[in-house]
Amino acid sequence: MNSFTFTQAPAVDAAVQESVAHDGAAYIGGGTNLIDLMKENVARPTHLIGLKKLGLDAIETLPDGGLRLGALATNADTAWHPEVEKRYPLLSQAILAGASPQLRNMATDGGNLMQRTRCYYFYDLATPCNKREPGSGCSAIGGYNRIHAILGTSEQCIATHPSDMCVALAALEATVRVSGPHGERTIPFEDFHRLPGTTPHLDNTLMPGELITGLDLPAQGFEKHFSYLKLRDRTSYAFALVSVAAALELDGNTITAARLALGGVAHKPWRDQAAEALLVGQPATVDTFRRAAAKVVEGAQGYGSNDFKIELARRAIVRALKQAAEMNQELDSNAFLNSNP
Amino acid sequence: MSQTIATPPSIHLDTDYIGKPTSRVDGPAKVAGTAKYAAEFNVPNLLYGYVVSSPIAKGKITRIDAAPVLALPGVRQVFSHENVPHLAFLDRSYKDDVAPGGSPFRPLHDAEIKFSQQPVALVVADTFELARYAASILHIEYEEAAHETELARHIDDAYEPGRGKTGYKPPKSRGNFGRGWEQGVAHMEARYSHHAQHHNPMENFATTVEWLGDKKLKIYDKTQGAFNSQQYLTKIFGLSKDQARVISKYTGGGFGSGLRPQYQLFLAVMAALELERSVRVSLTRQQMFSFGHRPETLQHVAMATNPDGSLAGINHFAVAETSQFEDFTENVVGWSGMLYDCKNVKLGYRLAKLDVFTPLDMRAPGAASGSIALEIAMDEMAYAAGLDPLEFRLRNYSDFDQAEKLPYSSKNLRACYHEGAAKFGWERRSPEPGSMRDDNLLVGWGMGGGIWDASKQPAQVLASLDADGHLTVSSGTNEIGTGTYTIMTQIAAESMGLPLEAVTFILGDTTLPESPLQGGSWTAASVGTAVQEACTALGEELLKQAKKMDHPAFKDAKIDDVQFANGQLRLRSDATQAVVLRDLVQASGEPKIEAKNSKLPGLIGMVKPPKYSMHAHNAVFVEVKVDPDLMTVHVTRVVNAVAAGRIINPKTARSQVLGSVVWGISSALMEESVMDHRFGRFMNHSLAEYHVPVNADIHDIDVIFVHEEDAAVNPLGIKGLGEVGLLGVAAAVANAIYHATGKRVRDLPITIDKLL
Amino acid sequence: MSPVTQVPAERPPVALAPTQPITLHINGQDHFLTIAPWTTLLDALREYLALTGTKQGCDHGQCGACTVLVDGKRINSCLSLAVMQEGADIQTIEGLGTEENLHPLQQAFIDHDAFQCGYCTPGQICSAQGLINEGKAKTEDEVRELMSGNICRCGAYSNILTAIMEVLGNKEDGAEVSNAPMPKQEWSAGAARAEMGPVEPAK
Repeated sequence: MNSFTFTQAPAVDAAVQESVAHDGAAYIGGGTNLIDLMKENVARPTHLIGLKKLGLDAIETLPDGGLRLGALATNADTAWHPEVEKRYPLLSQAILAGASPQLRNMATDGGNLMQRTRCYYFYDLATPCNKREPGSGCSAIGGYNRIHAILGTSEQCIATHPSDMCVALAALEATVRVSGPHGERTIPFEDFHRLPGTTPHLDNTLMPGELITGLDLPAQGFEKHFSYLKLRDRTSYAFALVSVAAALELDGNTITAARLALGGVAHKPWRDQAAEALLVGQPATVDTFRRAAAKVVEGAQGYGSNDFKIELARRAIVRALKQAAEMNQELDSNAFLNSNP
Repeated sequence: MSQTIATPPSIHLDTDYIGKPTSRVDGPAKVAGTAKYAAEFNVPNLLYGYVVSSPIAKGKITRIDAAPVLALPGVRQVFSHENVPHLAFLDRSYKDDVAPGGSPFRPLHDAEIKFSQQPVALVVADTFELARYAASILHIEYEEAAHETELARHIDDAYEPGRGKTGYKPPKSRGNFGRGWEQGVAHMEARYSHHAQHHNPMENFATTVEWLGDKKLKIYDKTQGAFNSQQYLTKIFGLSKDQARVISKYTGGGFGSGLRPQYQLFLAVMAALELERSVRVSLTRQQMFSFGHRPETLQHVAMATNPDGSLAGINHFAVAETSQFEDFTENVVGWSGMLYDCKNVKLGYRLAKLDVFTPLDMRAPGAASGSIALEIAMDEMAYAAGLDPLEFRLRNYSDFDQAEKLPYSSKNLRACYHEGAAKFGWERRSPEPGSMRDDNLLVGWGMGGGIWDASKQPAQVLASLDADGHLTVSSGTNEIGTGTYTIMTQIAAESMGLPLEAVTFILGDTTLPESPLQGGSWTAASVGTAVQEACTALGEELLKQAKKMDHPAFKDAKIDDVQFANGQLRLRSDATQAVVLRDLVQASGEPKIEAKNSKLPGLIGMVKPPKYSMHAHNAVFVEVKVDPDLMTVHVTRVVNAVAAGRIINPKTARSQVLGSVVWGISSALMEESVMDHRFGRFMNHSLAEYHVPVNADIHDIDVIFVHEEDAAVNPLGIKGLGEVGLLGVAAAVANAIYHATGKRVRDLPITIDKLL
Repeated sequence: MSPVTQVPAERPPVALAPTQPITLHINGQDHFLTIAPWTTLLDALREYLALTGTKQGCDHGQCGACTVLVDGKRINSCLSLAVMQEGADIQTIEGLGTEENLHPLQQAFIDHDAFQCGYCTPGQICSAQGLINEGKAKTEDEVRELMSGNICRCGAYSNILTAIMEVLGNKEDGAEVSNAPMPKQEWSAGAARAEMGPVEPAK
């Protein structure tokens, strides 16, 4: 770990100014991924800007009926928040499927978006990695890539985004609020994370110095028909091999609105609007779900050890949609146990 | 906690602790966080060493630029092969008690790189954080050479190892497998494999060396054998035993990883001697993947049965990895010639040298690997022969060790089968794969079992009674979670007729009487027997003192005429004739009366040919539930029935078996160290990616200890429990998955991708 | 033979950040420390304050051995900087109970043999206290899931579950669980029932 200086920023503007003023500065929220990466020497900031005193941890209803999550609200407080549990249970379930209770108590909502990949090679300085060191090569291609991406990959990087929460945020069409040297702006969730392309070292579209201040959820929460299904190598405390956030609105048995996003399969939370379009207007049947699943994996590519993810994703999508369609509110109230099949 | 005992003879104090569930005597220290582990001795003026590990698997170091690092204020030294002091020259100086044949690895010895993550430098600084940072900027250049780490590519050049390692028995074939195979009416033949595994005890390896001046060191080491660490150090560094006192009161998990001294011990001691300062070196979790591991094996099993379901022949062959510099051997296939009755057995075991660190004993070494193949093969054979897997095993039950041609001192595996099956409800099993369901889930029931050595090593124990009547019993053994503190206290308390509170067992210090390594499931038998012997010897001393006191009742009494009960020495024939133990010490004029057992390590045990084959056995029954679409597997129920002689403490013993079941589930479903052969490096070197079970993975586990009396194995009748509970668990899970799904996966772990 | 470089030669050392005085409020006591920002809460406890009951198992948030309670909530102390915890109420295993005066969870862990080597145990117990404070887990399956952030390599999970269920059960029976005073806590958000307050750090 590098030596670094630390200041607790008193306000958002001051934090941004401090970030601009220091080369090698980084914001620190919960620190659960940043400190981990610093210990591995993957991240080497020379100055950390603490955000704890900014406030920004409120969860409040918006005039348009949506909900604003402060960037510094912890993942745990968000998942257990009565409004989130009631109106965005998909988000609760996704958050609680991730990490551990301890980590969720530390990790912030803004920080969750900033998690970096768990690719073994990214984490190990002894191996080449384009994301860590642009131009050095991708060790995962042709290597051990069981946990790697099957969608939206490039010849330079097949890493995945590790978040569960973000998969739900993608499905729910959240908006990311940021403050930066040039003021405030909002970024649609879809546009926040990048695909690797030729710039795999860039995970997202934040500009230098920009700080996430909050996440806005639209009013539509899909609280009646949703499912977050997570498949992993053990029952809990493991990253997703494949996860699916499915959300439906039904009129009788006809799908009137659909959202479908996947985790563990791409460099970003993978929302597929073409597959969603195939669902809308159709009866909520397994056949319909299969067509949507086929659409999602249409362009999928395996790299050897992760070939299985294509079939696993297909089956997981069908199951998640089925669970969402058939869900019984009474039976499914237990958010933190339901992500496991 | 000293307590005086002077109970009137009319009151019976129940000090019969052996066989009774007893809470751990070290429990309060462990739950309160006061039990101290190797890295937790904050001695004054401590320096911190941080290890730099090689990024390559083979080659040599061509340059180390330590100058910028040394320029950092607070960095004391950068040790590497360039400045390591001249130490012992001969290989034998680097051999520890369980070193296999070959040339042991010497840390920082030369520029040569023999395995990935080899320690190449130690940066020593005033604080841990500074040492860590300084290590992260140390510039090193290497010439990389081609390495070989892929076992599957080296089956053809694998060779039969020599004896070399203690406990290794080259497998013996018998009869004629070929004829058995030809005569058989049903057959099975398959290949099995599992990947390397790392022990990953929760406590990372660490050594704190306290510099006491004049090369005198107090060394707090994470180890399963303080004496092993000590003798390693005295030979390499030319220290006397007095100069190299090794202390290890608590070990945060071993599982075999602490059987050999790990390199942080060498590095910490070397730095302390060179800098004449106290030094601590802790390894990181990533570095826990840099040394010994359970070796990957590739196995082949063929079996045939006669028309009556008896085994006509067994052929079991295994190839395992070892390093380029040592021949690590373990008994992988030998068990296949013992567990079942069969005339025609062909066994083979070979090693292939790879550019890896030497493998290391890991819980049930050899047997855990071998039983995966043997016990899945038995299931496959049962199906091929049209027999229930339990019935098939019962038909091939062996009452005689055909490999050693000896009768068993005791063997109640039959009771394990019957009691385990009854508890599990095995008779309700329908044999057809995929035939059992719970709602939408496929249900599978599988079984397995195993055999493990009941061994005993020489150990020395000192028993000492003080003038307050408190008994202190000591031996330099270890506590790795097995309950050593507790069961030794139980044995001593019962032997001397004292309550547990009046007895303290001390361990983990080379100034104590010598004890063997904590491993091989032999500690309870070895040290337990020695505790009993030392207490007997102490009893004789106490009787002598009673005679000196002119107590008329004891004038002509022999040791067999007296007993120790109620804190007293008394006549067996008349319990009212008694003297309080404390009074004997006080009358002696000495602060304490003490005695040792007489047997010194290394002097016995090899002289007489054995009359019996001594082994513990188990049978395990497993239920899995499998999602038929997503192929997720949950182990919902396990019954593990164990025949391991006398159980000293059913409470801690049960925990040993519970833990073994968790290990078996882990081995079956998730645990593997994944090597990227292009880099010759284990890539999932973290607890996030090296998966072991979490709480949510573990459901109902029933442990049964079947009745087994064994007077031959040792006076206490103990067989040991550290390993036997693990055997057959992974295979039983695999067999249950087959029963649920019809899919036979022979490459463990059985992850979701192998079932889709 | 091909050349490989470990750490680019051109990467010069950064200036070492100065140490700074901080105050940590641990187990009801203020501790004054002079440390650099790069010291984690875990290392501050173990290396600077000799509070070695908190264990280091992985140092990366992957095992839970370092679990402590901050403002009543369980966290991984290895992933937090000590300087980030000024002003917080930190509770470690040493503040939960002592060998002579065991906390009910500690007693239950002994009674049910919920550990073997003991190394993950303080983290398990602090985590269990965090779980009780949260008040979300009531059934066995829920406790299993919400105790899954603590790895036990000895495999004592079923006994850990039994121990925690016993303490949870006692709470539901209305029995007094904590031997420490339990005044109203501002940070007790999450407790399912009023009587299930978090344990007050020893004052």
